[in-house]
Amino acid sequence: MRNGNASPNGPVVLGLESSCDDTAAAVLQGSKILGEVVVGQGALHESFGGVVPEIAARAHAERIDLCVADALAQAEVALGDVDCIAVTAGPGLIGGVMAGVMCAKGLALAHGTPLIGVNHLAGHALTPRLTDNLAMPYLMLLVSGGHCQFLIVHAPDRFQRLGGTIDDAPGEAFDKTARLLGLAQPGGPSVEAEARQGDALRFVFPRPLLDRPGCDLSFSGLKTALMRTRDKEVAADGGLRRQTRADLCAGFQLAVCDVLVKKCARAIEQYLSLSPRVPALAVAGGVAANASIRAGLQQLCTRYDMRFVAPPLALCTDNAAMIAWAGGELYQLGYRDDMTLAARPRWPLDQNAVPLLGSGRKGAKA
Amino acid sequence: MQRKISFHVPSPDETEILARRLGDCLRRGDCLLLSGPIGAGKSHFARALIQSRLRQPEEIPSPTFTLVQIYELDFSELWHCDLYRLSDPLEVIELGLLEAFDDAICLIEWPDRLQDLSPPTALHLEIVADPKSILARTIILTWQAPSWDKRMSTL
Repeated sequence: MRNGNASPNGPVVLGLESSCDDTAAAVLQGSKILGEVVVGQGALHESFGGVVPEIAARAHAERIDLCVADALAQAEVALGDVDCIAVTAGPGLIGGVMAGVMCAKGLALAHGTPLIGVNHLAGHALTPRLTDNLAMPYLMLLVSGGHCQFLIVHAPDRFQRLGGTIDDAPGEAFDKTARLLGLAQPGGPSVEAEARQGDALRFVFPRPLLDRPGCDLSFSGLKTALMRTRDKEVAADGGLRRQTRADLCAGFQLAVCDVLVKKCARAIEQYLSLSPRVPALAVAGGVAANASIRAGLQQLCTRYDMRFVAPPLALCTDNAAMIAWAGGELYQLGYRDDMTLAARPRWPLDQNAVPLLGSGRKGAKA
Repeated sequence: MQRKISFHVPSPDETEILARRLGDCLRRGDCLLLSGPIGAGKSHFARALIQSRLRQPEEIPSPTFTLVQIYELDFSELWHCDLYRLSDPLEVIELGLLEAFDDAICLIEWPDRLQDLSPPTALHLEIVADPKSILARTIILTWQAPSWDKRMSTL
């Protein structure tokens, strides 16, 4: 019987995630992943020179049913034994989010199971508790293709944003750099591989916003600077030399790394002023896979005598286990959604944060 | 008949001023197609335009990953789209862009992905780099529909 009292091993949660390019479902009991299925299009990505988005709600809707069935089968759990259904309700691609929410509502209604809408970013931000049982408050750097922000995680339902990007996210900057230099997509791994062969000091790129106080970041100008330098080199050499390309990648990566590390140091100082019992920095998102960025953040933690946590990549990129985990945490806090749960294409984690304004901030109405 | 007007903007700040002036004259059902290479400043232009039309300042995230970001204006929605990741014009229909062309104000980056679905009444805006200055751009506006004539002449 479901009466809100979960078993001693924690509630059994079914998580659904379809806010981006992949469709995924997972079953968790406490922090144990009993079943997990991701249906994506990874293999297609490279051939298109960009990550192919799944914009058709229909395609997500068709796949999510199968994902749920497979995840439950793997977990050997019947739908009737699930304590709660957690679903990404935003932010993200609206068609995909809607497909997930509709499916979750249908399942919850059919089986009388509690339903919880989860913020996709909360899923990322709470993952270090799933993997490393991190105590709150901890500092979180969320850095991916579409996001970049520093958060203090005070509670599963309370996040404080210290700063974030005012334009592009670093993952997007890596992708666009790869595009500008004719490298494979996604850009993160290909730019990193190329950078390993390069001289990071041959070209010096700008460090945007480093001269300003606070933790806000900007990466859009870096891309423009890279394009300028590329054009100059191409004009001088009559083409893009292999070594030049590697040097451009190395210089770009160093700039991104430098900005992230220096801004992170500011975020750490703000965080440490709270005197957390077990100070920790966690990093999540695809960009956390970059070895030099990771090393830079790790050194920073050593300097400040903090724990550094980077969950395994499969749990750092978009997945349903993190949604199930976040849903489970909210479930235990008493959260429940009803059939009015709606998809939210934009959904800031910290509702009180001052908007990050880039261009146009000097507008007459601002 | 195609009509054309161009502006030389010496700095990103001047680009913002032009974006705000253009934003002032956009109305429901208007579509602005933004072209230019990566790093030309399409998003910079779009952000400044959107910000100038919002009642309260809001974050304007890059639409590259989500394809579309929708903003509520006083009398219509504003759709900010980056179609770079689309591989088939049919996906334009899936996104609901055809309805948005009628009912919203649309700012479209990488509009070549629209192919035949590009609205004939759209205003095209091309951003061209300036070989002499890192910060300067030439912004070229072209259109066919007479409904733009008066608005462009007073821009």
